[in-house]
Amino acid sequence: MYIREGGYAMATEILMPALSPTMEEGTLAKWLVKEGDTVSAGDILAEIETDKATMEFEAVDEGTVGKLLVAEGTEGVKVNTPIAVLLEEGESADDIGKAAKKAQPEAASADAGAEAAPEPQANGASEATAPAVAAIRAAEPPKPDWPEGTPMKSMTVREALREAMAEEMRADDTVFLMGEEVGEYQGAYKISQGLLDEFGARRVVDTPITEAGFTGIGVGAAWGGLRPIVEFMTFNFSMQAIDHLINSAAKTLYMSGGQMPCPIVFRGPNGAAARVAAQHSQCYAAWYSHIPGLKVVMPYSAADAKGLLKSAIRDPNPVVFLENEILYGRSFDVPQLEDFTVPIGKARIARTGTDVTLVSFGIGMTYALEAAEKLAENGIEAEVIDLRTIRPMDTETILNSVRKTNRLVTIEEGFPQSSVGNFITSVVMEQAFDYLDAPVINLCGKDVPMPYAANLEKLALVTTAEVIEAVKKVTYR
Amino acid sequence: MAARKPAGKPNISGDDLRKYYREMLLIRRFEEKAGQLYGMGLIGGFCHLYIGQEAVVVGLAAASKDGDKQITSYRDHGHMLATGMDPKGVMAELTGREGGYSKGKGGSMHMFSREKHFYGGHGIVGAQVPLGAGLAFADKYKGNDSVTFTYFGDGAANQGQVYEAYNMAQLWNLPVVFVIENNQYAMGTSTKRSSKSPNLWERGAAYGIKGEMVDGMDVLAVKAAGEKAVAACRAGDGPYILEMMTYRYRGHSMSDPAKYRTREEVQKMREERDPIDRVRELLTTGGHASDDDLKAIDKEIKAIVNEAAEFSKDSPEPDVSELWTDVYT
Ligand SMILES: Cc1ncc(C[n+]2csc(CCOP(=O)(O)OP(=O)(O)O)c2C)c(N)n1
Ligand SMILES: [Mg+2]
Repeated sequence: MYIREGGYAMATEILMPALSPTMEEGTLAKWLVKEGDTVSAGDILAEIETDKATMEFEAVDEGTVGKLLVAEGTEGVKVNTPIAVLLEEGESADDIGKAAKKAQPEAASADAGAEAAPEPQANGASEATAPAVAAIRAAEPPKPDWPEGTPMKSMTVREALREAMAEEMRADDTVFLMGEEVGEYQGAYKISQGLLDEFGARRVVDTPITEAGFTGIGVGAAWGGLRPIVEFMTFNFSMQAIDHLINSAAKTLYMSGGQMPCPIVFRGPNGAAARVAAQHSQCYAAWYSHIPGLKVVMPYSAADAKGLLKSAIRDPNPVVFLENEILYGRSFDVPQLEDFTVPIGKARIARTGTDVTLVSFGIGMTYALEAAEKLAENGIEAEVIDLRTIRPMDTETILNSVRKTNRLVTIEEGFPQSSVGNFITSVVMEQAFDYLDAPVINLCGKDVPMPYAANLEKLALVTTAEVIEAVKKVTYR
Repeated sequence: MAARKPAGKPNISGDDLRKYYREMLLIRRFEEKAGQLYGMGLIGGFCHLYIGQEAVVVGLAAASKDGDKQITSYRDHGHMLATGMDPKGVMAELTGREGGYSKGKGGSMHMFSREKHFYGGHGIVGAQVPLGAGLAFADKYKGNDSVTFTYFGDGAANQGQVYEAYNMAQLWNLPVVFVIENNQYAMGTSTKRSSKSPNLWERGAAYGIKGEMVDGMDVLAVKAAGEKAVAACRAGDGPYILEMMTYRYRGHSMSDPAKYRTREEVQKMREERDPIDRVRELLTTGGHASDDDLKAIDKEIKAIVNEAAEFSKDSPEPDVSELWTDVYT
């Protein structure tokens, strides 16, 4: 517990705590105390919903709740915002005006003694993540994957993924979900929240921490006639099981002369989250797209997440489905159709333009779209292609665009050597060389393991500014 | 080698007891401070606190000698402090600053000190187990008598590579102590829900590895068991498995909703089994320390931790050129 020392004998402000790596704001779901209540250390003050979980938030000190500054149910409460005032003995509500800041940073610890501490400082870490989603504005609006007039509903990528699994599980009893913490814990990232309740432990299977083992079991179950969805808590841990993805799932159809299809989905968050360092921040798009026999999908929007996951579950082949933790909490419009699917292998033109083609996928789309908006202000109209599926790749859509714009920049988070962009470049060189007016630029994450330090992590990731700079280069501006 | 003494009536000096008390308290206060810095946004990413488990690393440090190696998972702050690594450098790594053990590039989960024979700090559950056996392989190869303590969790104990490592460690008699820190949960999964065999140490029997279960909340029991394991390893009779029965008071990481256990369960553990309270009681009832002595230790520890926190805030972010260094030597 720390106290920001103020000038007076004072009440203390309780601040919205940071409770997860990606949390910048949260929902104050519920107050469990009211004004006038006395609390002691360890009492639960409130339930706070972060991007990952609903957490109980405990008092670290004793006192009287002088004022609740944020009403329950308030969404988007920024970390470090004062949410309540705690009065110490002998203070009255009149002291509230001179409240000093007191953070209650953790959902725990009754035994932390009060200690003086220096000024809290601004959170440099959070700026590295979650840039605003650029609105899609274009001269000629791109065509959506649903009929005109379809009612839309705003939902998060997380909700969209959950809905896709639930719908497919309702429709087909052979579909089941397995992985670490998918059931009782409700999912490490809340994707499977509620599924255990609806489908029971037969179909929502909690596994021990044994990726090689349960991935192999998943592949075997697929051969045995089921349609497993294997969740990796994050794709970093799929490396424990990569042999089964490649040697068992991807190749057996071929090795068996077509007898042994493997209808399985491997899904989970992929790529960098925020400040989780080298072993937990890696993009597997290029890795898995190398493999014949695998399909590799990496959605950006909630609509695509839902439609593509449903297609992946129905696909008779193994599909690697790469999600992103930072995108989980973002909202997009999703068509309200009884059975909405998006075909695997089809790119989406997210924004039409004539001056340059930007190709990206997953969270890379954030930078591509943001850059396109800024470039438009300078009179450069970028066409933005969301690849959605990395393998099999919709190269036709890319080639058609490049034939129109004559310039290409690819954007992804993975490492530069043997990147997805490298492959796209080779296709464009072979099939549209004469249309190019400038060398293609592949923007990637930097060629280093992901550093932990906030300033270095920012530099390691691809940025909107880099996209703008690359576009200026290929358009000679 | 000291014989194992029943806890409660230890034949142990006041100096030793005070030392263990001090070391455990340092870990606890350090971790509490880390939790606070996380809430303030000064520490990012994952941060796994060791509160409740302090007796394990402190007891085993007391059983080891200079040159012995340590390797563990991401829940590593306590291990580093127990090896004598500087709290300032550990805290500054947590805040991602230049003064951190990995120059800010590794963070909470990835710190190392060749000088103190601490080999990390590993984020992939179970991966440190064969790595630890490999460190022991090198010692045996070189013919020295160092022992490697390879720590892993009850959840990690289900990873297949643990058993591949067991087999080779026994096949080649590697001087490695496999320390299972059984804190009863792997994230939200209790050992009951992940493992049919209740005693994880017994799995070594399939490979012929000796082992035992230890009260990991009792620093003296830990030390005694550690001495036995280390002696076996130094005598060429390794490996050895110690299953430390312990408990983590805090969530798995900072963002754990903790719905998988009751508050009463945690409270009961803290009240009845706390490893620091236990030693404090031995100190006072044994007449080894007065209240004033204990207060002085508290004060000293608080000062060390505050100094570490200050350092971790004042140390600058790494120079941007560091982005490109250390990829290759
Ligand atoms: C291979 C792998 N799978 C999953 C994870 C995610 N994860 C991190 S810690 C953890 C629980 C480990 O529990 P345990 O081994 O008991 O150690 P404890 O956290 O209790 O110290 C999980 C599932 C991971 N880091 N690596
Ligand atoms: Mg555990």
